[in-house]
Amino acid sequence: MTIEEKQNQIIDEFSMFSDWMEKYEYIIELGKDLPLIDAQYKTPENIIKGCQSQVWLHADLVDGKIVFTADSDAVITKGIISLLISVLSGHSPKEVAEAELFFIDKIGLKEHLSPTRSNGLLSMVKQMKMYGIAFQAKV
Amino acid sequence: MNKVADKLPIDITEIRKQFPILSQKVNGNPLIYFDNGATTQKPLSVINAIDNYYKTYNSNIHRGVHHLSVKATEAYEEARRTIQQFIGAEHEEEIIFAKGTTDAINLVAHSFSKAFIHEGDEIIISGMEHHSNIVPWQMACEERKAVLKVIPVLDNGEISIDDVQKLISDKTKIIAITHSSNTLGTNNPIEEIISIAKSKGIKTLIDGAQAIHHQPVNVKELDCDFYAFSGHKMYGPTGVGILYGKQELFKKMPPYQGGGDMIKTVTFEKTIYNDLPHKFEAGTPNIVGGIAVAEAAKWISSIGFDTIQQHDNEILNYATEKLSAIEGVKIYGTSKKKGPVISFLIDNIHPFDLGTILDQLGIAVRTGHHCTEPLMDRFKIPGTVRASFAIYNTLEEVDVFIDGVKKAKKMLS
Repeated sequence: MTIEEKQNQIIDEFSMFSDWMEKYEYIIELGKDLPLIDAQYKTPENIIKGCQSQVWLHADLVDGKIVFTADSDAVITKGIISLLISVLSGHSPKEVAEAELFFIDKIGLKEHLSPTRSNGLLSMVKQMKMYGIAFQAKV
Repeated sequence: MNKVADKLPIDITEIRKQFPILSQKVNGNPLIYFDNGATTQKPLSVINAIDNYYKTYNSNIHRGVHHLSVKATEAYEEARRTIQQFIGAEHEEEIIFAKGTTDAINLVAHSFSKAFIHEGDEIIISGMEHHSNIVPWQMACEERKAVLKVIPVLDNGEISIDDVQKLISDKTKIIAITHSSNTLGTNNPIEEIISIAKSKGIKTLIDGAQAIHHQPVNVKELDCDFYAFSGHKMYGPTGVGILYGKQELFKKMPPYQGGGDMIKTVTFEKTIYNDLPHKFEAGTPNIVGGIAVAEAAKWISSIGFDTIQQHDNEILNYATEKLSAIEGVKIYGTSKKKGPVISFLIDNIHPFDLGTILDQLGIAVRTGHHCTEPLMDRFKIPGTVRASFAIYNTLEEVDVFIDGVKKAKKMLS
């Protein structure tokens, strides 16, 4: 699936929820499926500090594709990271660097990616794309 | 009016009518605003004062010869006198308009230190201070080669007078401490601290940002040297705050900033500074802010501190009792002398998650370290969820909040 197709699939899934509670319960569940960052990478260099919650992010280049792993101290943040990783992981550095992420807005989670939330997610998206740019030199 | 509301000493429905912002819905639910420690909402009298100023007499103040300027100047100086009365200051020259508490503390940390702090001198603060009563003193210490000492915070969120006494030495020049903690709610024994400090010739600065609208403050009776507070936390606008300081001290302190209004005469060879209070008010001030904060002070006085304190205690006790009954809740700050602030955590649920779910329910609380990172380190926690109450909050709102916390706990556990 392309990055765009994956995003459309998520939008379809979220359109089935009738209220915010179902949506957040699903996000919390998704957090449990997050490909967790290996303990050795959970270092201060890999921390993306938000005022509210923090995020650890690591990326490997496997057969020309980026594989992201991450963690967060807050479960809702973890669920949203899980969504972001499911969309961007397994794609080439170029695809990641150029990806246009429209699904967050469409599933009503836009406020979580605004600078005012200060939960580390906005910086995390930037960091994922930076990995895309950095790895382009390696492939 | 139902039974729960009857417990309160005043008709809150009438008070709420004066706060138009409170009647809106957030995420489909009636807004419950429990983030008053961060900023309070504004009553119509304050909003109208701002509106009226810009519609009818906006003009720059001091030295103007025309009608509007005279009118604006009179209103601004009248506002200063209203604040003077509100806090019981002896002279109007002792009331300095600043941008807020942070600005007021920075003024003292800068100007007082320049005049009175020398190498090796000591400044005492407490472990529960807001960053705005920590960082300016750290900067002053760096500049003056002085030493910062910190009164430890006990497990219940109080400080002990013994610890204060132990920290004082013959090098102590000033004690800067919060009247009421923004994170823990603790009301500090400032009367005792001021009296100890005074007996040893040590100056005192009280950060009154969280206290000024919850308890009567009389600076003359307190006998503190400085008292700082913000307009926006006392039902007034943002961008304006007040620094009270004793006249004789202000006279010995150099100006904080240079510019218009703070001078008598300027030549390239020598500038003569203006008298108090203008010496500390460089540039065009926040004129409408000063006028509106005085209006807020009048509004508070019209409610009265007896009523305010009864309401605060009622709502604090009710919410504390209900919240404590939820399994896994731990309240940080359990002093018996508390303002209406509850900081808490539930088991290992992250404050951000809890705050996010409550927001979905239309409940505004604050989550995070509340600009008191050293205090969070002291309790070894990343942050808390903080509910802080104001005069327009009701016990019914507390009920909805408690249900919300239970719902969030279920979702997040």
